[in-house]
Amino acid sequence: MIENRPLVTALAYLVLSLGVAVVAFPIWITFVASTHEAARMTQVPLPLWPGDQFFTNLKTVLFNGVGGSNATPVWLMMANSLIMAMMIAVGKITISLMSAFAIVYFRFPFRMGFFWMIFITLMLPVEVRILPTFEVVANLGMLNSYWGMSVPLIASATATFMFRQVFLTIPDEMLEAARVDGAGPLRFFWDILIPLSRTNIAALFVILFIYGWNQYLWPLLITTDSGYFTVVMGIKQMLDSAEQAPDWHLIMMTALLAMLPPIIVVLSMQKMFVKGLTETEK
Amino acid sequence: MLKRVHFGPSLLPFLLVAPQIAVTLVFFMWPAGQALYQSFLIEDAFGFSSEFVWFENFAYLFNDKYYLASFYRTAIFSLSVAGMAMGIALVMAAMVDRIAKGVMAYQTLLIWPYAVAPVVAGALWVFMFDPTLGIFAYALNTVGYDWNHKLNGDEAMLLVVLAATWKQIAYNFLFFVAAIQSIPKSLIEAAAIDGAGPMRRFWTIIFPLITPTTFFLLVVNIVYAFFDTFGIIHAITQGGPAKATEILVYKVYNDGFIGLDLGGSAAQSVILMGIVIVITVIQFRFIERKVEY
Repeated sequence: MIENRPLVTALAYLVLSLGVAVVAFPIWITFVASTHEAARMTQVPLPLWPGDQFFTNLKTVLFNGVGGSNATPVWLMMANSLIMAMMIAVGKITISLMSAFAIVYFRFPFRMGFFWMIFITLMLPVEVRILPTFEVVANLGMLNSYWGMSVPLIASATATFMFRQVFLTIPDEMLEAARVDGAGPLRFFWDILIPLSRTNIAALFVILFIYGWNQYLWPLLITTDSGYFTVVMGIKQMLDSAEQAPDWHLIMMTALLAMLPPIIVVLSMQKMFVKGLTETEK
Repeated sequence: MLKRVHFGPSLLPFLLVAPQIAVTLVFFMWPAGQALYQSFLIEDAFGFSSEFVWFENFAYLFNDKYYLASFYRTAIFSLSVAGMAMGIALVMAAMVDRIAKGVMAYQTLLIWPYAVAPVVAGALWVFMFDPTLGIFAYALNTVGYDWNHKLNGDEAMLLVVLAATWKQIAYNFLFFVAAIQSIPKSLIEAAAIDGAGPMRRFWTIIFPLITPTTFFLLVVNIVYAFFDTFGIIHAITQGGPAKATEILVYKVYNDGFIGLDLGGSAAQSVILMGIVIVITVIQFRFIERKVEY
């Protein structure tokens, strides 16, 4: 602390607390809504304090779903989200590690060509090429499959760049020493490079898991079979299917479940997350 | 960027880049090429025949008042989101720098909206502002304001801006905190000894020194508002009422998948790709360069 100005410090705490309250308020409202019964959720003003229906709603949502008897149970949607998020995160990390290794440690024809090709993916977000990408996936027969949900999203320029950056900071002596000891390229990659980039891999995993879990437009387009619906998509469908009188208590319970895994990942790996965020993007 | 010590040519590096390149070719290059090609075609509604029309789709777009309106709307939307999210985050970050205790606790409490999916954020805000039930709509009603974002375009826009801002504050906050903390304490102390108060120090030392971060965040926030807010808009307004919240990305989806105007949608995709390329180039030109003092 530079100088003692109790008033300014008090103001800082006040502003921060206010900010936290504003940021947290929507989540509090979600939680409160998920703890009441249907009847209470149709009377204005809506409650600001939790009720006692939390576990009843949780059970309904997880095992019966929302919106009639043929609704997809939310546990299945959560499982689909988890599979998709894991496939995207692991896939992106794996192929980026491999290509960064090739680009940094090998001299081979078209090396820079490949590098630029990967770089260009930065400029082509899914949102701007949805229709033709959808056609490709449809032609490959990948609609309604976990592969179709994840593989088109796993090319990653940012991850490749980050690993390239990490590899460039690894001293050349490492490779020389490994060579003296008779290690080939793959052995070097597996036993030296990967262990050395462990913290970066973990940091990136946090970011990519959230990215994967929160995918919306893509799974929305390529899944029509309710067995593949993800929980993030499910919420939108619940909002739609109940346009007249939405079951807010159940929708909010689903929203709570949908945001829980990424929030847990962020909070439990906060240090990693901050590191991953501030280092990959720059 | 090649290591001084490296492996000689062999088949292995090709095998290593193969998966990434295959995914890039099949799911990025090919579709982007298709979008480019389709943007020169007009297809009939059943997809039986198509005609090569050169730039007609583009010419049509730039004479289409809905498309131009969508451009304008996207600009308003992304500037509001970037301005609000960065402003709030900067204030918070400056305050966090002031306090001695509980930095970690405040950070923890501020960052988690980042993890919430856009469409879930949309669901939260649409619930709070639901015209008949929502808690804020009720509060506004009691003070005599009749909130209905399903009918009023400006209110709908305000609501999507709020939801998009709420989600982005966390990200900006983390970057501003990191930037402010990396400023040498001696600079701040020297200014304090010279008699500069907290406000003065912020505007004459801290703010100029974090310009690179501010600029970086501006680009990131605009990209976020352009492309990552699809879920928010889809959940809250679906582009309505009367297209009041139909930003460019939403229009590509709407014209392509709902309206089935393939050529028009592809032409819009191509324009969006152009915008992304411009933004990326700006980002790389300016980010690498350090701001001079």
